Amino acid sequence: MAIASVQLLGESPSPYVNRVQIALNLKSIEFEFIQENPYDKSERLLKVNPVQKKIPVLIHDGKPICESLIIVEYIDDAWNNGPPILPSDPHDRALARFWAAYIDNKWFPLYRELRAASTEEARKELIERIFEGLVLLEEAFVKCSKGKPFFGGDNIGYLDIALGCYMGWVKATEVSIGVKFLDEFKTPGLAEWADKFCSLNDFKEVVPETQKLVEIYKMFQGRGKPASG
Amino acid sequence: MAPEKELVKLIGFWASPFVLSVRWALKLKGIEYEYQEENLLKKSPLLLQYNPVYKKVPVLLHNGKPLLESLFIIEYIDETWKHNPLLPQDPFERAKSRFWAKFAHEKCIGPMIKAFFKIGEEQEKCVKEACEHLKILESGLEEGKRFFGGETIGFVDIAVAWMGCWARIVEEVLNVKLIDEEKMPRLIAWFKNVVEVPMLKECMPPTQKLLEHNIRFRKLLVAAAERHQSSPLTGP
Repeated sequence: MAIASVQLLGESPSPYVNRVQIALNLKSIEFEFIQENPYDKSERLLKVNPVQKKIPVLIHDGKPICESLIIVEYIDDAWNNGPPILPSDPHDRALARFWAAYIDNKWFPLYRELRAASTEEARKELIERIFEGLVLLEEAFVKCSKGKPFFGGDNIGYLDIALGCYMGWVKATEVSIGVKFLDEFKTPGLAEWADKFCSLNDFKEVVPETQKLVEIYKMFQGRGKPASG
Repeated sequence: MAPEKELVKLIGFWASPFVLSVRWALKLKGIEYEYQEENLLKKSPLLLQYNPVYKKVPVLLHNGKPLLESLFIIEYIDETWKHNPLLPQDPFERAKSRFWAKFAHEKCIGPMIKAFFKIGEEQEKCVKEACEHLKILESGLEEGKRFFGGETIGFVDIAVAWMGCWARIVEEVLNVKLIDEEKMPRLIAWFKNVVEVPMLKECMPPTQKLLEHNIRFRKLLVAAAERHQSSPLTGP
């Protein structure tokens, strides 16, 4: 059997893996999805990502690419078909990269801390910080979308994928702790964006259903950081 | 060259290596720019206006539009001024460059900076983490190459190779060991190759001045840590 020229190592509940799947689908790239358990790493994973030992890993013609945002940029660089993922203007590109890094390094980790939090006080403080972050992201949305439905404009792009991949987990957290994060009164632009993004097939075909993520959320309460990035 | 005058302004701090890496990019591209020195203890309204999220330098202003975070600024410079490319053309090599620059920043430089803000066991943990990751960075360098990508200076060189000088300062100020001469020969050679390029060397702040600045800075942090029994955390 021939080895597929594009392989993605990962597992579906990982938002980082979802990012790559969304990008590959946007470009209509056929790929082989190779299931990897980040908690029981295979020899194969350790061989293709010896540095970070994490999913996702994209393998294209035998060459491994790691780190979800770097993979998304690679997909945009390597395949010319389909819509461009990053904006064409260099300033808009820099802005998209900035906010994607903010989301990954500052904002979404708050959800992991929230899941691991053991006191009501700690939970309350983290929820407040999440909301503060959402206010910043609302401003970013207004700036980047320029009145259009998505961060990328008429179609989804890099920043939509960067933030959108987390929406499954955001919803699962909302259900698990009874807090509505994407509030149409506090952050109307983002709330509308999230509704639109989550109703796209790009999202629905890739991100697991909320109920499944809620079950996983419960399993991980108190456990700490996941093994993907 | 653009027909209109390009207004380029860099808001920086003389002792910041992240500002240095942007200066290197601007220098390699031959871009003229105005420089504004920031007093980080009393940040200017301009800095707070253009970087409200992190309130940090460097900030590059190009025709009034702000660019933030050194790695993204360097990519912006490369995409806007296309001569003397810093990132490789090949998509896989580009991904590799981005990967290693990100790895160096998050896993080597991050813990080094954290160590500066910590004392005792917590500091030891940061130092250990930085060392382990420096060994991995060593493995990412290919044998026989003068710079990261080959014979020409590129993105990873300017984003990362200043780390050799700063690591030595951290070693001296904290009395710790980061760079292992025996286990990191490629890293040491690479750092040297980059910082000795004349147009990059002339941008470097004087080592003695940098050392004295960091000794003073560390003393302030230790005093604060001992008073409050905790240290402020920061990142690059």
